[in-house]
Amino acid sequence: MTQVLAKPVESKAPASPAERTARRRAVLEWVGIHSLGVAAALFFTLPFVFVFLTSLMSGSQALSRDLVPRTWEWGNYAAVFDTPGFLTWWRNTLLYAGAGTVLTVVSSIPVAYALAKFRFRGRDLSLMLVISMMMLPPQVVVIPMYLFWAKQLDLSGTLWPLIIPMAFGDAFSIFLLRQFLTTIPNEYLDAARVDGCGDLRTLLRVVLPMAKPGIAAVALFQFFYAWNDYFGPQIYASENPGAWTLSYGLESFKGAHHTDWNLTMAATVLVMAPVILVFFFAQKAFVEGVTLTGVKG
Amino acid sequence: MSTVTPASKGRSAGLAAKQRRQALRTAAFMSPWLIGFAVFFAYPLISTVYFSFMHYDGFGTPTWTGTRNWTYVFENYPLFWPALRNTLWLVLIMVTLRVLFGLGIGLLITKIKTGTGVFRTLFYLPYLAPPVAATMAFAFLLNPGTGPVNSILEGIGVPAPGWFNDPSWSKPALTLLALWGIGDLMVIFMAALLDVPREQYEAAELDGASAWQRFRFVTLPNISPIVMFAVVTGVIQTMQYYAQPLIAGKVASGVIQGAGTQFEPGYPDKSTLTLPQLVYNLGFQRFDYGSACVVALVLFALSMAFTGLLMRRRGGLIQAGD
Repeated sequence: MTQVLAKPVESKAPASPAERTARRRAVLEWVGIHSLGVAAALFFTLPFVFVFLTSLMSGSQALSRDLVPRTWEWGNYAAVFDTPGFLTWWRNTLLYAGAGTVLTVVSSIPVAYALAKFRFRGRDLSLMLVISMMMLPPQVVVIPMYLFWAKQLDLSGTLWPLIIPMAFGDAFSIFLLRQFLTTIPNEYLDAARVDGCGDLRTLLRVVLPMAKPGIAAVALFQFFYAWNDYFGPQIYASENPGAWTLSYGLESFKGAHHTDWNLTMAATVLVMAPVILVFFFAQKAFVEGVTLTGVKG
Repeated sequence: MSTVTPASKGRSAGLAAKQRRQALRTAAFMSPWLIGFAVFFAYPLISTVYFSFMHYDGFGTPTWTGTRNWTYVFENYPLFWPALRNTLWLVLIMVTLRVLFGLGIGLLITKIKTGTGVFRTLFYLPYLAPPVAATMAFAFLLNPGTGPVNSILEGIGVPAPGWFNDPSWSKPALTLLALWGIGDLMVIFMAALLDVPREQYEAAELDGASAWQRFRFVTLPNISPIVMFAVVTGVIQTMQYYAQPLIAGKVASGVIQGAGTQFEPGYPDKSTLTLPQLVYNLGFQRFDYGSACVVALVLFALSMAFTGLLMRRRGGLIQAGD
């Protein structure tokens, strides 16, 4: 900004007409681009702003057309926390997201390493199958999976049918990690072997420290995946409110507080806030992960 | 990396032992996924095919019905064709607009010189909003009665649409929600745009190319693999489009409630139905597991067709991101 404003002052010395038009065009372009930027920024942020403002209104004002709260009802947030079940949903979500993330990372790393660095027959086929699994909607296999968990193992009404499979590698995480591990030069692995490291030690001592950004990205994606998952809890946990997660519970919250847009919006803010906080702490790893695969988790 | 050499003529016992050791090592490293693949993918997929020919409601034993589930889904299930038509609409319009908008925002962010970091973060944030929460937010923002968007539209004298309550506006409203969460595409396009060699722009400028010509003949050819990638993954994501249309329909219809409440998906007037919702409707609301498996297989075929497209040019598409 200051740079651009300073320019006209410098140019008091008579400049050639061509120079002047070029400069004027540069200023106009700057103004045009940044006006567009501000317009886009409004489009992306105003929904958050309106949701937040509504979450602080009184119940009756939230049903009016007002955009700004007359009185700031911070108690709405306390009311949300007091809703029966809300804290349970939090705990369940943290369990699902936390345990799921740890299991996914631990089980996906060796697979991704093998796919990236070992040479064996069937490797390309395995990679193709991993990509296919990654692209498959979860609904394709849900009927037999549900029958398996509910009828054979009697685990419906819990989150275990969602957590246990994560101990067996997650296609998206394997793919993302594999992409990352292929960028590690083989010379490091050869050097480790010359030093007498076995495969497992090479993985743990040499590869993992270098793969930290990739692992961080996978962990984040997996955490967000579990946090956001609606279909999984709907299938396996819906019959037991004690096993609901935030994403699933939020919907029933709207049902119970039919006309209380202020409380529903406060709950919505509380579901969004942790994800956004985590993002600010781990922005770099996250954006790296997106560019690495370009596929969302 | 040590390699498993192809069978050679003078293969000694030591070499064979080494190969066996390496095969064992590979199997050990691959084992989590091998088990996962068998138990959570191959078995249920085969089982889905099996159930698609069975009548099964969750009790008793499945009984063979031949192709009756298939003819039911294609000829008599009232939600199938509307869902397929909606999917086509979403592929043609939502995916196209998302790619164009993502490219536009990507271009914009590479041109912004002041406060780039702040703009980038603001543009990216909505992508992170959990889908259920984001849909809930949009259902409020766009509600025809008291929603801020319609209040503003009426304030400036623009006729306010019914959004999620109007069958012809519900998919545009979902598209708006999808455009709001453009962050993933923005980051991909931004990376691709910054990768275009600077010299090519300079050469084009020397040749007197206009801004449009520079975009058309320098930018576009360089980023076309990424555009293709965005289109194909967009189509695949559309096949999985579930929580947003379901929640939007539920909230707008007002019948949203806790567990066990029946909700005929697609409100208003089947306009928000997508294929994944049919699997849920048939399997978990109508307890017709056989027909649910038929829809699941249609979904499988469609997803695999587009994934095949993605992998056929692996060098250009699936690895486009790295």
